[in-house]
Amino acid sequence: MLNLIVCIKQVPMVSELNWDPRTGTLKRDLAEGMMNPACHHALEAALRLKDLHGGHITAITMGPPMAEEVLREALAIGADRCILLTDRRMAGADTFMTSFILARAIEKECPDFNIVLCGCHTSDSETAQVGPQLAEELKIPGAAYVEWLELKENVLRMKRLSDNFLETLEMDLPGLVTVTTSQYQPRYVPLAGIQDAYDKYDITTLDADDLKLKITGIKDSPTRILKVYSPDSKKKNIEMKGPAKIIVEELLEKFGRKIGGEIQKDLKAYGQDQ
Amino acid sequence: MNQTAQTATAYTAKAKDIWVFGDYRNYFQTRVTLQLLSRAGDLAAKTGSAVCAVVFGHNLDEYVNEYIAHGADKVYVIEHLSLKKYSMEIYISLMERLAKQYMPDIILVGATSFGREFAPRVAKRLGTGLTADCVGLDINEDGILVQTAPAFGGNLLAEIITPERRPQMATVRPGTFQEIPHDYIRKGQVIRIPMPEDLPKERLKIVHYQRKPHRGQRIEDADVVICGGRGMGSKNRFKKLFELARLLGGEVGATRPVVYSDWADPELLVGQAGKHINPNVLFSFGVSGAIQHTAAIRDAGLIIAVNKNPNATMMKKADVAIVADANQLCVALIKELKKRIRS
Repeated sequence: MLNLIVCIKQVPMVSELNWDPRTGTLKRDLAEGMMNPACHHALEAALRLKDLHGGHITAITMGPPMAEEVLREALAIGADRCILLTDRRMAGADTFMTSFILARAIEKECPDFNIVLCGCHTSDSETAQVGPQLAEELKIPGAAYVEWLELKENVLRMKRLSDNFLETLEMDLPGLVTVTTSQYQPRYVPLAGIQDAYDKYDITTLDADDLKLKITGIKDSPTRILKVYSPDSKKKNIEMKGPAKIIVEELLEKFGRKIGGEIQKDLKAYGQDQ
Repeated sequence: MNQTAQTATAYTAKAKDIWVFGDYRNYFQTRVTLQLLSRAGDLAAKTGSAVCAVVFGHNLDEYVNEYIAHGADKVYVIEHLSLKKYSMEIYISLMERLAKQYMPDIILVGATSFGREFAPRVAKRLGTGLTADCVGLDINEDGILVQTAPAFGGNLLAEIITPERRPQMATVRPGTFQEIPHDYIRKGQVIRIPMPEDLPKERLKIVHYQRKPHRGQRIEDADVVICGGRGMGSKNRFKKLFELARLLGGEVGATRPVVYSDWADPELLVGQAGKHINPNVLFSFGVSGAIQHTAAIRDAGLIIAVNKNPNATMMKKADVAIVADANQLCVALIKELKKRIRS
């Protein structure tokens, strides 16, 4: 049987994102959570594979206890089983530690997986690192930014756009993909499904002890955050006004090299030294 | 027992070298390697280290010379016919081996599609930290790389370090730093390393690849985007943005009111419900700056906004806020660019 794992993250809704400009900290408790869009697409990709080939989908997330919400949603859409990794000792894990913990949970709970599907990046941190690092931890091949996938025997055929190249890839399984939001538009959640998801299914909740890990998310992460601040003050915010022609000349004098660099053209005015 | 410590293979840096991964696949579109060499040069001046490029592929002389001309003191080269394709697994293995052999202090990788997948895996193999999409890189008084990166959806910036493990690794989006002018008289050391014969069998293969025709450029991938709002004045005037886009090789985006007024195709909507864009340069003409729009452009690099109203939200979000009629300024910019690009 096709054994699929979908890694999901709960992220704050953009419009709800709130931070305290004085302390520079995110008021995360005020931010309403939702399933990260790319993870949602990854789940949809898994469901399509299941529709075609049959199989079993395990959705897994790591986060605070409230992250259970996105697992319920995954169950409502069609996941078969859910795992919630929640533990204060996991808090503050960077991508290195997050992928480490996810890998240990997968090895313990569903070692016989065929494909791990992740969103290509999350809308809150956007590092796009956990997927590729999870592939490394599981010692399996991986492909990021996949837009289309098809299963043939024990090979996953994929298409993606990579740096202006359209690539067709083939990966031996087990393997990991990270899915973009360009295809696999998520299906609607049936209301009955939501009801069922709260009534019927149990969610496996694991902490660091269950995984036999002696860890501290913050201490064991290779990276360390020194400080966080609001970047708006960093915008140059140069104001220009006057006749259009004069402004354009001033703009190209100050930023012509930057703009020209982007378009690979020299925007120096004729006879003018830069 | 601490499982993390056991799996990690971090080393203590032997050399103070700063490495830049030579990513040349889209050389003419993406000069991120040259931009990183430039920044690495600034950092190296503070740590007294050498700037090194690392490049894998086939027929690499052109790139090796470019890297030296743009600031590389040393270039590590592995050339082999089988490296012609940008094969993720092989490239990761090669980087891992070289890093373990030469032990650089810092590795910088361009945040191209390839780099964004390559760097996290290399970091994992080396048991070290990685910071994504740095917008600033500096050396602090302890000689540690301070990586400034967007946090929490780009609303905030974070200063991040990798205090103990080595190498210190960062990815940087194209256009973040500026390359230094080339100097073809500059000399550099070229270290050629034979292709190892004992690489693990590839489990991921590129079956087919082709360069995407330019016509099909998606606004999400564009380096330059011109966004227009109702301030352009009319449907006809809005069309001028397409001429500007052609001149700049960019794409046009529209705000919701523009789409509602049928000045532009709904496909062009840049906003929370539309496209999210991350151009290196964003021109914003006559856009007020509703949150649904600004949320979708928060990854843009240089933002140049034009609006009659200096207090428009969009003007506060811009690097350059031009107080002028959007349509008039667009016309003047097209005229001036035509003059300058003619050559």
